[in-house]
Amino acid sequence: MASRPIKFYQVGSHAAGNRLLDPELSSVQADPNRSNSITKGHRACQGCGEALGARYALDAAMRATSGQLIAANATGCLEVFSTPYPESSWQMPWLHSLFANAPSVATGIAAALKVKGRSDVRVIGQGGDGGTVDIGMACLSGMFERNDDVLYICYDNEAYMNTGVQRSGSTPPAARTMTTQAVGAEPGNVFGQGKDMARIAMAHDIPYVATATIADLRDVEAKVERAMELHGARYLHILVTCPLGWSCAAADSIKVARLAKETGLFPVFEAELGHVSAVSKIRRRRPVEEYLKLQGRYSHLFKPNRREDVLAHIQAIADRNIERYGLL
Amino acid sequence: MDKPFAITLDVGSSLANKTGAWRDERPVYVDRLPPCNKGCPAGENIQAWLYHAEEGRYEDAWRQIVQDNPFPAVMGRVCYHPCTTVCNRAELDEAVGINSVERFLGDQAIEQGWTVQADAEPSGKRVLVVGAGPSGLSAAYHLARLGHEVVIRDAGPLPGGMMRFGIPAYRLPRDVLQAEIDRILALGVTLECDHKVADIQDEIDEGAFDAAFLAVGAHIGRRAYIPAGEAAHILDAVSLLRSMEGEERPLLGRRVVIYGGGNTAMDAARTAKRLGASDAIVVYRRTQEQMGAHEFELQEALEEGVVMKWLSTIKSAGEDGTLTLERMELDETGFPQPTGELEQLESDSLVLALGQEADLSLLDGVPDLEVADGVVKVDASMMTGRPGIFAGGDMVPAERSVTVGVGHGKKAARNIDAWLRGSAVAAGPTKHEEASFAGLNTWYFSDAPKTVAPRLEMVRRQSSFAEVQLGLDAENALFEARRCLSCGNCFECDNCYGLCPDNAVIKLDPGARYEIDYDYCKGCGICAEECPCGAIEMVPEPS
Ligand SMILES: Cc1cc2nc3c(=O)[nH]c(=O)nc-3n(C[C@H](O)[C@H](O)[C@H](O)COP(=O)(O)OP(=O)(O)OC[C@H]3O[C@@H](n4cnc5c(N)ncnc54)[C@H](O)[C@@H]3O)c2cc1C
Ligand SMILES: Cc1ncc(C[n+]2csc(CCOP(=O)(O)OP(=O)(O)O)c2C)c(N)n1
Ligand code: SF4
Ligand code: SF4
Ligand SMILES: [Mg+2]
Repeated sequence: MASRPIKFYQVGSHAAGNRLLDPELSSVQADPNRSNSITKGHRACQGCGEALGARYALDAAMRATSGQLIAANATGCLEVFSTPYPESSWQMPWLHSLFANAPSVATGIAAALKVKGRSDVRVIGQGGDGGTVDIGMACLSGMFERNDDVLYICYDNEAYMNTGVQRSGSTPPAARTMTTQAVGAEPGNVFGQGKDMARIAMAHDIPYVATATIADLRDVEAKVERAMELHGARYLHILVTCPLGWSCAAADSIKVARLAKETGLFPVFEAELGHVSAVSKIRRRRPVEEYLKLQGRYSHLFKPNRREDVLAHIQAIADRNIERYGLL
Repeated sequence: MDKPFAITLDVGSSLANKTGAWRDERPVYVDRLPPCNKGCPAGENIQAWLYHAEEGRYEDAWRQIVQDNPFPAVMGRVCYHPCTTVCNRAELDEAVGINSVERFLGDQAIEQGWTVQADAEPSGKRVLVVGAGPSGLSAAYHLARLGHEVVIRDAGPLPGGMMRFGIPAYRLPRDVLQAEIDRILALGVTLECDHKVADIQDEIDEGAFDAAFLAVGAHIGRRAYIPAGEAAHILDAVSLLRSMEGEERPLLGRRVVIYGGGNTAMDAARTAKRLGASDAIVVYRRTQEQMGAHEFELQEALEEGVVMKWLSTIKSAGEDGTLTLERMELDETGFPQPTGELEQLESDSLVLALGQEADLSLLDGVPDLEVADGVVKVDASMMTGRPGIFAGGDMVPAERSVTVGVGHGKKAARNIDAWLRGSAVAAGPTKHEEASFAGLNTWYFSDAPKTVAPRLEMVRRQSSFAEVQLGLDAENALFEARRCLSCGNCFECDNCYGLCPDNAVIKLDPGARYEIDYDYCKGCGICAEECPCGAIEMVPEPS
């Protein structure tokens, strides 16, 4: 795992910073001079994990590139809440394109920079899970396959949130969305094969693929930093809580993401050139139920009756992840 | 119109959009009362001094302690540490070794020669302190720092009270005790030993004292009626322990029976062992669960070979030292009842450790005093019924410990000061709501079990009076201090600043903590939820 050993300072490396810590070892987010790539006044919901994940990732990238960074953004909440014309929250060069083509726009920017000989300026493409794993996937796969010099970041909130919580290829089984209502014998989203974008990216044998959650700020930063050390196509998939779409308390935004990892439902790992190179071990293992219970999108699993069958099925998914990645 | 194609408006910043208006709850930084602080009978601000110690600022930490307690090195050894019992970290892994860090700081101070000065100008007032035990010395220390002239009178040959004449040297080395007493005396306090105060009012009048603080302790060993032969060797535990400080070591013989189940019984038994007894047998009429001694003292005694005889009373002592014991049985209410079953126990001497009573004869004839159950009543300001005469420690109704005595001394000193100046006691900062374990977010704390301080090897414990519990070294003390969860008090971990989705937390300079930018804070509550130490509270937005 891309992390630095830190001497025991009360909170070790778990909190954002610590007054006892050498500023060198502190997180970017603890820095009073962080770039705040996306600044206040944005219109994201209370407790939005996407706004948070974007700031973590982009501030880290800004530090890693000394501010020489351009981002291309797909349509989705991140674009809509940050940039209602003519206002913008972006404090870095930022382009909005379309829902489907952010990877290609990023590729284009990278190509133009190459022509201009600006090797100092780096490029990020970013979007939601809908823009990434569904409508933008062809562009993204092309970007991977050509090994374009772009870090693409997917902020996965597991549905099309911006247009009112419709199911995406990343929506987990049994979750309720507007298009997978909690009705019938198999309420919520179907148990399909899912679309595991990180593994799809790995199948392209690109230099770097990683997953992360907003519950581990230092991990996100370390992965962005690692990605910026490399060239070619890189992919970072960050799980970001959506209190509105998941119907959980805004205050629980980070806690829910932490449980996604600690239950094993969302494996956190890194892969280089197609091989898993590091995993974040589970620190305090929890049953999936603890994760599900905090979210209204799963409330039909608990009332009117407990759906033991479905709970067992979801637990089995977590157990399989734990085994597959060696998370314990 | 010099704008680019299709652009009609100037680029604006989202800063124009004050999202604070969305909020119905607002985060507020609070300082909650950590359970350790609440649990400390001397009123130490533990969390605050651990905060300094965490940074390796040991002198600052020590200075924070001595605001409340002049005896960190003593306290770090003999305090029953109720702070640790309530420490929130116990629910996570193990309680913070508060006490061992305190001892480390106390020892550092002695080694480095740190001293204290009076904080106030001389007041011109004179206060008499009777008794140089922990309570009297604590009062003298605080009174001196508050600018008063203090005279301590003690009946004994040396100061310290039960810290010197009760607590055995293997738990409290006398050079440590003396060093902390000397520091108090260096404040200009006058100590007059071998001066038994027989009539308090006379001494106040003769010495023209403006007020007095009494802390004469409880020194008379309680006796039980045990029919005994002429030759039976029976003595009480406090006399035994006191004689350990004299020239001659008391002679107890090979088989020593100790009667009682409190801490004093443990000290007497362990002392008997060190004096060469082959058997030290403690006879107690109840069970282990009911005994007054602390668990650690019992464990240490057992390790040293002390034997416990539960549920037994001593009926009589024969000529040759043979004791007749009766087996007891607990009734439904948990009270021991005789069973009539008798048993013989050989002994060379019998030590009674049945508690102590206060000698209050110095108060005879003083009007308005109220004495009940052998102790003097005091009000919330530690004043007796007699205006100007205050009292504390073992002679007033309270738990009997060094720490409680020190706490009484401090409280009395502050009230005496107010009384002498004709003002009310400066109200301390209002007590905050307690920082509960449930209010912490323990995810963020590193896993770090307690550092165990080494102890003296068993062979040496059986024969010598060398200190049993050894101290932490600097590295371990720092580690231990850093295990503190800083319950309810911000320790600047940057979590709120790092984790706010709206950049609505402003990081101030080191030591100045943070501020919320209410223009933009949407009131999501993440900062409060993710604060490791529970120092942020969400409160409803004023409507
Ligand atoms: C064996 C033993 C072990 C203990 N171990 C511990 C322990 O590990 N931890 C703990 O917290 N507590 C312990 N205690 C309890 C603790 O020692 C007492 O609660 C504490 O010392 C009480 O303090 P004090 O100042 O009220 O009285 P004392 O310490 O008893 O001091 C009273 C002083 O007043 C003097 N005096 C008495 N009468 C007069 C008079 N008329 N004129 C002048 N001077 C007078 C005495 O000489 C004495 O010096 C122990 C007690 C005993 C007996
Ligand atoms: C081609 C096209 N189809 C549909 C839309 C409408 N649309 C805008 S954002 C969005 C969903 C975005 O979902 P996701 O990418 O997951 O981002 P989120 O809002 O969840 O962050 C949709 C369907 C569009 N902008 N373009
Ligand atoms: S963790 Fe620290 S502040 Fe909390 S109770 Fe323990 S010593 Fe006190
Ligand atoms: S995390 Fe930010 S927006 Fe949320 S309550 Fe705290 S200061 Fe306000
Ligand atoms: Mg989405």
